[in-house]
Amino acid sequence: MATAAHKVTPKEANANPPPEAVVVRFAGDSGDGMQLTGGQFTLSTALAGNDLATFPDFPAEIRAPQGTLFGVSAFQINFGSASIETAGDAPDVLIAMNPAALAVNVDVLKPGGLIIADEGEFTDRNLSKAKYESNPLEDDSLAKWQLMKLNISQLTLDAVKPFGLGNKEALRCKNMWTLGLALWMFDRDRQPIIDWLKAKFAKAPDIAEANIAALNAGHAYGETAEIGGQVGQLHMPAAPVEPGLYRTVTGAESISLGLVAGTQLAELPMFFGGYPITPASAILHHLSRFKEYGVTTFQAEDEIAAVAAAIGASYAGSLGVTSSSGPGIALKTEAIGLAIMTELPLVVVNSQRGGPSTGLPTKTEQSDLYQAVYGRNGDAPMPVIAARSAADCFDVAIEACRIATRYMTPVMLLTDGYIANAAEPWKVPDMAGYERFPVQFLEEAPESGFEAYARDEKLARPWVKPGTPGLLHRIGGIEKKAGTGNIDYSPENHQQMTDLRRDKVAGIAVPDQEVEQGETSGKLAVVGWGSTFGPITQAVRRARKKGLDVAHIHIRHIWPLPKNLGQLLKGYDKVLVPEMNTGQLKTLLRDQFLVDAKPLNKVSGQPFRIAEIEEAIESTLG
Amino acid sequence: MNEMTPVKTTLKDWESDQEVRWCPGCGDYAVLKAVQRTMPDLGVARENTVFVSGIGCSSRFPYYMETYGFHTIHGRAPAVATGVKLANPQLDVWIITGDGDALSIGGNHMMHLLRRNLNTQVLLFNNEIYGLTKGQYSPTSRVGTRSPSTPFGSVDRPASPCAFALGSGARFVARGIDVNKNLPAVLKAAHAHQGAAFVEIFQNCIVYNDDVFAPFAAKPNAATSQLWVEHGEPMLFEKGTKGVALDRDTLSLKIVDVTDGDWQGAGVLVHDQTNRMIAHLLIEMPFGEFPMALGVLYDDPAPTFESAVVEQNRAASEGKVADLQKLVAKGQTWQVTKEPRVE
Repeated sequence: MATAAHKVTPKEANANPPPEAVVVRFAGDSGDGMQLTGGQFTLSTALAGNDLATFPDFPAEIRAPQGTLFGVSAFQINFGSASIETAGDAPDVLIAMNPAALAVNVDVLKPGGLIIADEGEFTDRNLSKAKYESNPLEDDSLAKWQLMKLNISQLTLDAVKPFGLGNKEALRCKNMWTLGLALWMFDRDRQPIIDWLKAKFAKAPDIAEANIAALNAGHAYGETAEIGGQVGQLHMPAAPVEPGLYRTVTGAESISLGLVAGTQLAELPMFFGGYPITPASAILHHLSRFKEYGVTTFQAEDEIAAVAAAIGASYAGSLGVTSSSGPGIALKTEAIGLAIMTELPLVVVNSQRGGPSTGLPTKTEQSDLYQAVYGRNGDAPMPVIAARSAADCFDVAIEACRIATRYMTPVMLLTDGYIANAAEPWKVPDMAGYERFPVQFLEEAPESGFEAYARDEKLARPWVKPGTPGLLHRIGGIEKKAGTGNIDYSPENHQQMTDLRRDKVAGIAVPDQEVEQGETSGKLAVVGWGSTFGPITQAVRRARKKGLDVAHIHIRHIWPLPKNLGQLLKGYDKVLVPEMNTGQLKTLLRDQFLVDAKPLNKVSGQPFRIAEIEEAIESTLG
Repeated sequence: MNEMTPVKTTLKDWESDQEVRWCPGCGDYAVLKAVQRTMPDLGVARENTVFVSGIGCSSRFPYYMETYGFHTIHGRAPAVATGVKLANPQLDVWIITGDGDALSIGGNHMMHLLRRNLNTQVLLFNNEIYGLTKGQYSPTSRVGTRSPSTPFGSVDRPASPCAFALGSGARFVARGIDVNKNLPAVLKAAHAHQGAAFVEIFQNCIVYNDDVFAPFAAKPNAATSQLWVEHGEPMLFEKGTKGVALDRDTLSLKIVDVTDGDWQGAGVLVHDQTNRMIAHLLIEMPFGEFPMALGVLYDDPAPTFESAVVEQNRAASEGKVADLQKLVAKGQTWQVTKEPRVE
């Protein structure tokens, strides 16, 4: 049945030395369960002790018409025995469940890489939907790769026959057959997946058993079938990582856990107001299950109500949190201004996606930095911090809660669609190691008398909960008189309050900027923020191995920027800023420090490839 | 709140030190006084009382109440109040809004607050005009209203606040008039109602829409044009000489004459505030042909939103301990030991 059309030249085969990392891409129709397959493969990879990074890449349509090019859903995983920072540039293995999946993904496959294709789906009809004039499995168009044609559909049907499922139901087990084969290829334990299937289909044991049978059949196929050529088992040794307890975590999970931890460290209940939006909804889903941690979630009627309710909750003594993606953040903007004016704590999470307008809901971008830093009416400063990876989201969320409550201010936390969906191993933190920052509500008037807009040494005003006797006061969006907080439109007062709001945010204590790799001065600094951390790290590492004088600086605190950053950047001859936008951090750095920051931009909805940044480093130094 | 000992306060206790800045003669003054006069009778504590407003003339209201107050942004008072009430259900929350604030820019939030049944009092000051922005027509302005933005008269049909509220699922709908002595009684009923209590207050804008409600609100017209309904009482007006009855053929209301006090004989309806159909009929009575229905038109409590949220939070937390270390270590984990695994 299986034929490995091995037409790879020795040179091509040698282009891939014995791997310390492998990139596998599962691709199929959006109904084929590729995200599920990828997720379970990720789990098994993590359990095998490999370091890993993933990249789920799926269409905006829930069920795009079957077999079409735009309905292709893919999941890429990079795993290895060394440190992994990105989901990998080019896959070594492509699993294509239909012609469209092959057509969309094959071009990025490494020369000499392996294609596993379900030939059962390469029908005339599907070929034409994928715009193939002839069957690529039969002509020589795939000759620079290794090709393994398997009738996965038929093999699956055979495997699940005893369970008496209908044809459609039976074919749904295809992804588990494929996963079984992949588990065999990388010498993985099937048991965790079997346990997961049993739990998932606890109410439908037949379906569970059919899926397990498909999984086992795929595995057995690898073990027993005569698969020729280079297709064989590969065992990836565990990556050398710090000892400890690990789990996998996506950015959305990590942010949710970080928000719970942050409110617990502040000793406050959390109120989360949300409205469904891709790719931010997962945070609402996660938090709605954490009620025993004092979390109240509220699915509001719209984005504005979500943030407004969060502000109301902060006013009443909870920590108000809201989350959205760019278009939703735009709707929340007026209310964020209210939180700035009334100086109430609030955490706003923006899981950025491609824009403007509806843009690319399921694709990633970093194009909301201007919106976060500058995008409000009036002089309305607010702190902005950005997460660099799924695991980093945890600490950044805690930091957001800390700043919001200590400085009585809304805080914008930037993450993006890539981080939100991508999974990575995470060393479970020791919570005893986190500094608590319990909130002290004002409960009695100080001797000098109570003023709602009095200032502490950080310029924060007191937080008074309604229900507190003796401290009755009114707040609102109209300009406040310094001190009393009464309405005051007078020119001197507006000048004073505008300066005060600016100084309060500018004075937020931000740790000094450190250099991730390389020296603190030299020929070139590559400066990034957010999810470009992975590719920049790898690109700079490779460039430094080649002996290039390049350093990597990654900024968490976007606003206010670290105090030493300007001086630090001036120590390099050149500054390169890779961003998934048209140059927003670049503008900020130029504006704040008058440095000649050069942009490297990508707005394709896909993360940077390592090679793209590596080339830019070389040409900048060239 | 019912189980709490009544707190003794006076009208003065509810007046803040802020200078009231409405136009002289504005109906808002009368409503403010009515509210401040009502508060002592409610037996509530000032520190547990929160007034939340949106934007517009009426929304300055919280500054003048010696309570906690939050003057928010245009249309969003119901959303902010939802957060306040969910964060602390013990607070007694009043929402102050206007016709533009509640039914135009904030219509969505108003609808959802009412259908969720958040236990708050909503006072909608209806003056059928945008006052603060200098007189544009509003969503409740009658067809033909001439204003700076409609110099040839407005052409769109107005919204009916009480019909909107009832249609949104409100369980308490009432009407009052700014200067009318009955307003405190309506406010008390609204406060006593557990759930979202919606009160439309006809409020005169002396500058941009003066006397728009005079046909029924002006003293000389009161007897002939105001129908104050009360639960269990016949719907009589014009000093008991006229009443409202049901026309069974058309399933609509009609006016009947009552002679010698024999309202039963005339078939006058007895108000049942729990009857949603009657509430609908009263709200939809075309003014002119009929008097204006005022007072508590509908009052039929249902479980409140915040109590359901609190109960679900409690039930879902039962028997669980908030252990942060356990939470972060949830799911499938693996241990990496000091010695990397020998392969």
